[in-house]
Amino acid sequence: MTADLLTHAGARAGARDVTAVDSVDVAHVVRARRRPARRVRLVVATLAVVALAAVLVRVLLGDYVVALTDLLPILRGETLPDVPGASFIVMEAKLPRALLGLLAGLAFGASGAMFQTTLRNPLASPDIIGISLGASAAAVIALTFLDAQGLWLPAAALVGAVAVCLIMYAVGRGATFAGQRMVLVGIGVAALLSSVIQLVMTRTSIQDAQAALVWLTGSLARATWPVIGLLSVATVVLAPLLAACARWMRLAELGDDLSTTLGAPAGRARLGLVVAVALAAVATSATGPIAFVAFLAGPTARRLCGGRPSLWAAALVGAVVVVLSDFAGDYLIPDVNLPVGVVTGALGAPLMLAVVVTAGRAGKA
Amino acid sequence: MTSSTLARSTADGVAVRARGLTLSYDGRRVVDHLDLDVPAGRITVVVGPNGCGKSTLLRGLSRLLRPTEGSVHLASDGARDDVWSLRPREFARRVALLPQSPPVPEGISVVDLVGRGRHPHHTLVRRWSGADDEAVARAMRATGTLELAERPVDELSGGQRQRVWIALTLAQETDVVLLDEPTTYLDLAHQVDVLDLLRGLNRSRGTTVVMVLHDLNLAARYADHVVALRDGRLVGSGAPADLVDEEFVAQVFGLGSRVIADPVTGSPLVVPTSTHHQSGPAP
Repeated sequence: MTADLLTHAGARAGARDVTAVDSVDVAHVVRARRRPARRVRLVVATLAVVALAAVLVRVLLGDYVVALTDLLPILRGETLPDVPGASFIVMEAKLPRALLGLLAGLAFGASGAMFQTTLRNPLASPDIIGISLGASAAAVIALTFLDAQGLWLPAAALVGAVAVCLIMYAVGRGATFAGQRMVLVGIGVAALLSSVIQLVMTRTSIQDAQAALVWLTGSLARATWPVIGLLSVATVVLAPLLAACARWMRLAELGDDLSTTLGAPAGRARLGLVVAVALAAVATSATGPIAFVAFLAGPTARRLCGGRPSLWAAALVGAVVVVLSDFAGDYLIPDVNLPVGVVTGALGAPLMLAVVVTAGRAGKA
Repeated sequence: MTSSTLARSTADGVAVRARGLTLSYDGRRVVDHLDLDVPAGRITVVVGPNGCGKSTLLRGLSRLLRPTEGSVHLASDGARDDVWSLRPREFARRVALLPQSPPVPEGISVVDLVGRGRHPHHTLVRRWSGADDEAVARAMRATGTLELAERPVDELSGGQRQRVWIALTLAQETDVVLLDEPTTYLDLAHQVDVLDLLRGLNRSRGTTVVMVLHDLNLAARYADHVVALRDGRLVGSGAPADLVDEEFVAQVFGLGSRVIADPVTGSPLVVPTSTHHQSGPAP
């Protein structure tokens, strides 16, 4: 710090340092800065615990209850003589579902919050502006026309999502009000894609339409270890990139002009969006579009954090919502297995109304 | 211009120099071959009718708009480097801009917003440090916003909010501060308050201030140096007392007026005439 001050003073001949710093003022600033930061840290820590608990609930409870004490041996790969089927059910059904839900929720939550904050628009989340639909449309087309199967389907979904993103980026590049343009173009693309999907669905056989349906409502039913592996690798690679872009995101909130004159050209913040898109695309390719998670995780986390956006909190909210919704979808209504996307959709609509109504009130105050 | 420090500390130094500056939007020329010297350590006010290119000029000086012709230099570089040859962060440590009514991030606190001004001083490795807290404290003390530190910015009044934005540009710790109509949407009392604040900062810190103002009388009162534009061209520049007279007002704004001495400061005071208020019978 001292060295910094010295180089500054050297370069600037101390012209601006005529105003001495009052240590009381500095202490005041430090205090005011730390208090909200402490709340955010507390919220993130709490959410992390809740997310972990949600995963445990998903793995242990339900139709087939597994004792907590049995879980560790099962994870270690031991077979339990007194509960023979437990190992199979946990390792092949319950745990993959919980982990896929956790990862997809994290990805959706973080990417949604990144979009909304960078573009300064609550509508700008991947599920509203066509990125999820790009993934769905590509998967449905690949399924019905190309007979794609296995890992080719997520690959097609990824291509679809990235293609939508490229269109939006090309339209927004170098333009004034690029953020608004990107959102509007995205909404248009989304409308176009949903009619493409409708068209494909009416043209295809009933079996293919049935299979395609899972790409329209998100579901964790396809949770397999290779898919989880790919998603976790993507998350591990993309999360630090997203964190690095978060500082540009904080500047992007100040508008293109100010963010540019503060040394972060607006285009750079949109680079962060590319990372967010990649995250959303990878998650969508694994689970299909899970309604409302990306859209609502950001505002919910923001409310919890006392008004400030936090990528980590948003990611964790997404994870908690997806894992618990999947659990609810399986067991809430007896003998009916609802895909997670249906549950989040049903939960999301009223929640969204609540967000809009309370946001309107806050705006007036 | 040989020694940067000397150049800046002397009154006749130049902080920003534009030569043949031409700025266009979509091929439409808005600023046309403009030569401009911004005196260091002084307050320069850009005036002119609506659409004359005032704000565009400020965008050109602050690197938001790349000139189609001509150049902008910072004085401390001599004639060596154009501002466009600097890295964005490097430029941001030397010139700050306050745009006209920038968006307020949702739920942000005053101290957090002011802290954003420290971004050019950070790197990927070196994030927030004690020096940043000191800079923020200095900026907030200077603008009288320290008491508001924990308040959400969206709850503040217009006048308070403008002080907070100015604190942000001060926290950036640049030699030059550009402001695009810092008094818009403020009532007269808060306009005077903001301009007094800026002049105080200019006098105590020697910061070079360049601002666009709509009100010619406030411009004449607070400027050391007035730059007048019309249709993207420089119509005149100089000290308000030498520059602003009836002929000047007619030339720049196409407005008939009487110019008298401001009873408070002695600076030129423009009193517009109009067909309804002329003493003689209307033509």
